[in-house]
Amino acid sequence: MTSNQTFEERVKQIETGGAEKYHDKNREKGKMFVRERLELLFDEDLSIEDAFFANCQDGSLPADGVVTGIGKINGEQVCVMANDSTVKAGSWGARTVEKIIRIQETALKLNIPMLYLVDSAGARITDQVDMFPNRRGAGRIFHNQIKMSGRVPQVCLLFGPSAAGGAYIPAFCDIVVMVDGNASMYLGSPRMAEKVIGEKVTLEEMGGANMHCSVSGCGDVLAEDEQEAISFARRYLSYFPSNYSKKPKVQETLAPAEFEKTLEELIPENQNAPFDMYHLIDRLIDEGSFCEIKKKFAPELITGLSRIDGRAVGIIANQPRAKGGVLFPDSADKAAKFIQLCDAFNIPLLFLADIPGFMIGTKVERAGIIRHGAKMLSAMSEATVPKISVVVRKAYGAGLYAMAGPAFEPDACLALPTAQIAVMGPEAAVNAVYANKIAALPEEDRPAFIKEKHEEYKENIDIYRLASEMIIDDIVQPNNLRKELSTRYEAYDQKEVTFTHRKHGVYPV
Amino acid sequence: MNEIKASMAGSVWKLVAAEGDQVNDGDDIAILESMKMEIPIPAETSGTVKEIKVSEGDFVNEGDIIAIIE
Repeated sequence: MTSNQTFEERVKQIETGGAEKYHDKNREKGKMFVRERLELLFDEDLSIEDAFFANCQDGSLPADGVVTGIGKINGEQVCVMANDSTVKAGSWGARTVEKIIRIQETALKLNIPMLYLVDSAGARITDQVDMFPNRRGAGRIFHNQIKMSGRVPQVCLLFGPSAAGGAYIPAFCDIVVMVDGNASMYLGSPRMAEKVIGEKVTLEEMGGANMHCSVSGCGDVLAEDEQEAISFARRYLSYFPSNYSKKPKVQETLAPAEFEKTLEELIPENQNAPFDMYHLIDRLIDEGSFCEIKKKFAPELITGLSRIDGRAVGIIANQPRAKGGVLFPDSADKAAKFIQLCDAFNIPLLFLADIPGFMIGTKVERAGIIRHGAKMLSAMSEATVPKISVVVRKAYGAGLYAMAGPAFEPDACLALPTAQIAVMGPEAAVNAVYANKIAALPEEDRPAFIKEKHEEYKENIDIYRLASEMIIDDIVQPNNLRKELSTRYEAYDQKEVTFTHRKHGVYPV
Repeated sequence: MNEIKASMAGSVWKLVAAEGDQVNDGDDIAILESMKMEIPIPAETSGTVKEIKVSEGDFVNEGDIIAIIE
């Protein structure tokens, strides 16, 4: 930029971003220019932009590589920071960092959501003293994120790399959407991994979108392209209030989708047979309202936002079709974060239990299943939003506890007429109690004895008996479940509970 | 070539496909028994079952190869 340029010339230069060759390079990869992304993200466009002229005297760093400001999504004000990868690969200089910190402070003051559109190579090493170790250096971005967590929704859309320290921006967000093929997250690049630890690996294997959304769990949603990622963010925010002191808006009611088969026909009588939980979810919620989170990660547990009669509800459901619906360290971890997310922003919870229990065996014990399970129980127990638990087919052992069983103060624990609740299933129980006796019997007498004990056991845990003992609050026919839930959530809307008074719990993470 | 792996530890309860069978993506290859549940192990691609690596009754750990599809 030269001193004799007019205002218009300067504005135009900054608005255009980096050199044309970088725009071309991005286009080849299916990447949009940062200002195009923002236009698509907001109802209209970014309405307020601050520090547009940041670093303008340098001349080669338009907006210092990041656009920050405020715009409207679904009619609500939202703050945004968006890296411009045509400017020095979206890297962070001192002013880049200061701009990000300032927009976070604005989001906190206004109590509105903060969106991070990340596409950055990381810190500019040449600027490190000005942007890395100081009080208002990059560390402050993360400190702010942690402070904002649970106050305002924080959403990360990952369009490109998010490297080294920068990888903590997604880590501290409520949700991370990754664009397949372009997005990546890693502390050390493959080049660095080879140099420092001798590992040879591709970027996709080590930090690609698919890996993070299915293996590490650092990514929540895998988007095919940038348009899909942006439209997901708009949809996701429609389930949330702008901050923790408000409730989600109730939307117009939509009837559930119509299906040929009824639930009575679909739910297998045999407790051990696989059942596809999506069939039940689809029949309970407003048509098209399921916004699934972490679909590819730990699929034995389904988590997603939905609406029942227009009201936002967070669903946590065991999926018997995958790994028998058993809880594993990853699924417990997935549940804990999702429950915290919903509870933080006053989204009621629905637990759909069809669970044989937590996984056992060497592999999971070594992976710390006890502490991961404890983490899920903590999150579930602490949640003070309206909380309904439904035993669909079975809830055995600690599975009953994890899925908001009666001891954890759900507002209601309901069961379908065929449901079973017990320390363990009939086969396992009979085996555990009568193993010696069975072994002592002549072989031909064993099946009859086992069958008799099964029947006794089933009577003992009969669902009407549990209802009679008031362990469960009601038995509901599957085809009436939606109506029952809708009525209850409407009534529980007034719920106001403080879990306890203290600084904070010591979490079993 | 596609390896079909056990999704969790358990015993092989039933082999649904045999070597030489044509299978479609999503078809069950085997059913494990674990945690007293039937655990279907589906093909993740369409093709021919080249090899079945386990027998009914075998214990498999998470990640063990059950079949190879070509």
